Amino acid sequence: MLDFSILLNNLDTYLEGFKNTVLASIIALLGSFIIGVIVAVMRIAPIKPLNWIGSAYVEFIRNIPLLVIAFFFYYGLPAIGVTLPAFVAGTIALAIYTASFIAEAIRAGIQSVPKGQMEAARSSGLTYLQTMRTIILPQAIKIVIPPIGNQFINLVKNSAILGMIAGLDLMYFGDLVSSRTFVTFPVYIFVAMFYLVLTIPLSLGVGYLERRLARSN
Amino acid sequence: MDIAGALSFDHLKFLAAGFKVTLYIAFISIILSFIIGVVFGTLRYAKIPFLSKVVAVIVETIRNLPLLLIIFFTYFALPEVGLKLSPSTAAIAALTVFESAMLAEIVRSGLNSIDKGQKEAARSSGLTYIQTLWTVVMPQALRRMVPPIVSQFISLLKDTSLCVVIALPEFMHNAQIIYAQNINYIFPIFAVVVFMYFIVNYCLSLIARRLENRQA
Repeated sequence: MLDFSILLNNLDTYLEGFKNTVLASIIALLGSFIIGVIVAVMRIAPIKPLNWIGSAYVEFIRNIPLLVIAFFFYYGLPAIGVTLPAFVAGTIALAIYTASFIAEAIRAGIQSVPKGQMEAARSSGLTYLQTMRTIILPQAIKIVIPPIGNQFINLVKNSAILGMIAGLDLMYFGDLVSSRTFVTFPVYIFVAMFYLVLTIPLSLGVGYLERRLARSN
Repeated sequence: MDIAGALSFDHLKFLAAGFKVTLYIAFISIILSFIIGVVFGTLRYAKIPFLSKVVAVIVETIRNLPLLLIIFFTYFALPEVGLKLSPSTAAIAALTVFESAMLAEIVRSGLNSIDKGQKEAARSSGLTYIQTLWTVVMPQALRRMVPPIVSQFISLLKDTSLCVVIALPEFMHNAQIIYAQNINYIFPIFAVVVFMYFIVNYCLSLIARRLENRQA
């Protein structure tokens, strides 16, 4: 049924794409985590203007398509003389986009810790930062891990966007294989398999974590 | 930057036509995927021997694939096995398949979140399984599901932009045609694109938040 010779004859190409998809996902995850933490801190810090900036970031980015952000970095920036390689432009777009969801997950996690905890810690003499570090964050992290895991799965799937700007990922190399072999159906079935190799274990892992953390509460 | 040139009357008309296609494709896909999502989610929840397992495998496989790949596959690969779809049909089909799987998962976890006692009480007061599901569990679960379902619809609306890959004449596709003519059009056109997506999605997210707060 499926012509596996297509996979075997083009294995190098597939693996090259697979490698770049993994690479883009990891870099974008790190980037989005850093931006996400900063934005989440801005949203909950007791300083109003910071709250506004943090909220504006989340609301703005969450409500526009990732594709628009990726196209902006790849096709838009050259208008002001900044030309980025497709892989870089795509990875930056992924990080910026995912950061808004991660920030929201972190904020929701921190705010789900009962207010009394903060008040009790503050009134027993801890500073705001001490309270955050020793009381609030350890409790919040349990709540935050599963949604961040889900965002990472989304990120891996969304990394296919690189294929639309020639970003050398799995989608892009799938295209290359199909133009080389003149068939599409089996080529993309194999691309799908490579994605599933990444996403199914991640999904199972996140599901497992979710159940374990739920039980430990 | 050439704002006046980029936002000429003809260009705005062309963008509006694209936006209409985006809304149309999103609307049809939302309705279809909601129906299929509820059916599949319920089937998975009901734990019918064999059938629920099959549904689970289908839903999990689709959920774990990039939507872009599904769109690509629907339009470029299916003709090879004799199923040729127009760009708009392919777009609706691909979006519906993907979003149905996402919604099925929301529906299933919504149903699971309803206290077991409800089901047991309904069953022991003589309701059949179907009646219990339909009149007791589903109405309570649907209320809880509304916020995540609305966010999924926001995702769907954003995801229609991926259909540029199959040359569907939607918003982003038409925007691309305009800004490709002249480098000075790029920034004004992107501003319009971002603004339009933002307005529609932000309104939807306000509705979602409103519904969420009413429940709490």
